Amino acid sequence: MALTKEQIAQRIARELKDGYYVNLGIGIPTLVANYIPAGMNVVLQSENGLLGMGPFPFEGEEDPDLINAGKQTITTVPGSVFFDSAMSFGMIRAGKVDLTVLGAMEVSENGDIANWKIPGKMVKGMGGAMDLVASAKNIIVAMMHTNPKGESKLLPSCSLPLTGTRCVKKIVSDLAVLDVTSGGFKLLERAPGVSVEEIKAKTAGKLIVEGDIPEIGI
Amino acid sequence: MNKVVASAEQAIKDIPDGAVLMLGGFGLCGIPENCIAALVKKKVSNLTCISNNAGVDDFGIGLMLKEKQVKKMISSYVGENAEFERQLLSGELQVELIPQGTLATRCMAAGYGMPAFFTPAGVGTEVAEGKEIRNFNGKDYLLEIAFDADFAIVKAWKGDTDGNLVYKETARNFNPLMAMAGKITIAEVEELVPVGELDPDAIHTPGIYVHRIFKGSHYEKRIEQRTVRKKN
Repeated sequence: MALTKEQIAQRIARELKDGYYVNLGIGIPTLVANYIPAGMNVVLQSENGLLGMGPFPFEGEEDPDLINAGKQTITTVPGSVFFDSAMSFGMIRAGKVDLTVLGAMEVSENGDIANWKIPGKMVKGMGGAMDLVASAKNIIVAMMHTNPKGESKLLPSCSLPLTGTRCVKKIVSDLAVLDVTSGGFKLLERAPGVSVEEIKAKTAGKLIVEGDIPEIGI
Repeated sequence: MNKVVASAEQAIKDIPDGAVLMLGGFGLCGIPENCIAALVKKKVSNLTCISNNAGVDDFGIGLMLKEKQVKKMISSYVGENAEFERQLLSGELQVELIPQGTLATRCMAAGYGMPAFFTPAGVGTEVAEGKEIRNFNGKDYLLEIAFDADFAIVKAWKGDTDGNLVYKETARNFNPLMAMAGKITIAEVEELVPVGELDPDAIHTPGIYVHRIFKGSHYEKRIEQRTVRKKN
């Protein structure tokens, strides 16, 4: 069984460490916040100018001056701090953010990522994605392994315009957990009931399989 | 020194057709909604707008797009606006998309008197086309140029009559950076207080950067994505 979006987020949450400052992108990455282990202190950075993002507000307590980078109403946690957009990207550029989780349309076997533009379709812009991928120390991509047509999104090289080059470190897809290494995608774990053969068939880029591949424990 | 003007109409009255404007805000959060309404009323046209986003169809910069007042948008993300999309696809509107951190820092550089800076954002992508690349400590960086804007229009929470400004929560975003960057900076505030009432330690934008200030007559503060959770 392929992982659900919630399960992808749950698996990524296991990469968190106490004391991490983390930037979560829009979509599946946002769900990671729901699975931060109890007792672990992880500070969420929202690039519109907040460290210490809390959960959505209770109904009736929404504050129009308090939103996240997805423009959703949010709350703060004790110890939170606001700053301007230049400082926000300053801390990103300076490598102060420990982990960045974002979505992707395509990832290549050397860690290039494309997630902002499909030529010929309406272009909405890169937002903060190019700044994040150019500077983040550790980037995990949350994505579906294939597109709706069943074509692999893990490629020898990206066909779409790039967001950044040689930057993705790890991928958690609905089918597998993979590291991006100098030799290609290294298969670490597979979704429960999904065979190595299926992952091979759905990975167009170079896939490294060494020894037994355990199932993802959810 | 008299920076206080009576209204948004007064504050923007000399903005000519063809001006380059910076407009603060992230999405609809912290946007100068009174000045935008006055710009629509004044029917200024052919504007270049530097703003992280382009509003929605019926609010924010979307109101100016609807009246075809904008010639060019310089933004990082513009995805919430059908009229914007129509004008872009028909060729009526020029759009320059740039990384959000680069946008913020190009404002900051102008306010700090620095003509340019290096950033890694966009290296190896189409954003790098035509730009100087320099390697520092083994990593490539792009040369990016400070913005040059005629007017910066920002929204703050509180301001005093000398133009010192304080922002609220994430409504700060691009506002203090743009406030520093305009040849003429116009600030609209929710509360206008006498000089001396703001704590000098808590001021975000020193009044030296601000030329005109007024209390906005009405703030809708529309929420773009209302997201809530259930009690218990």
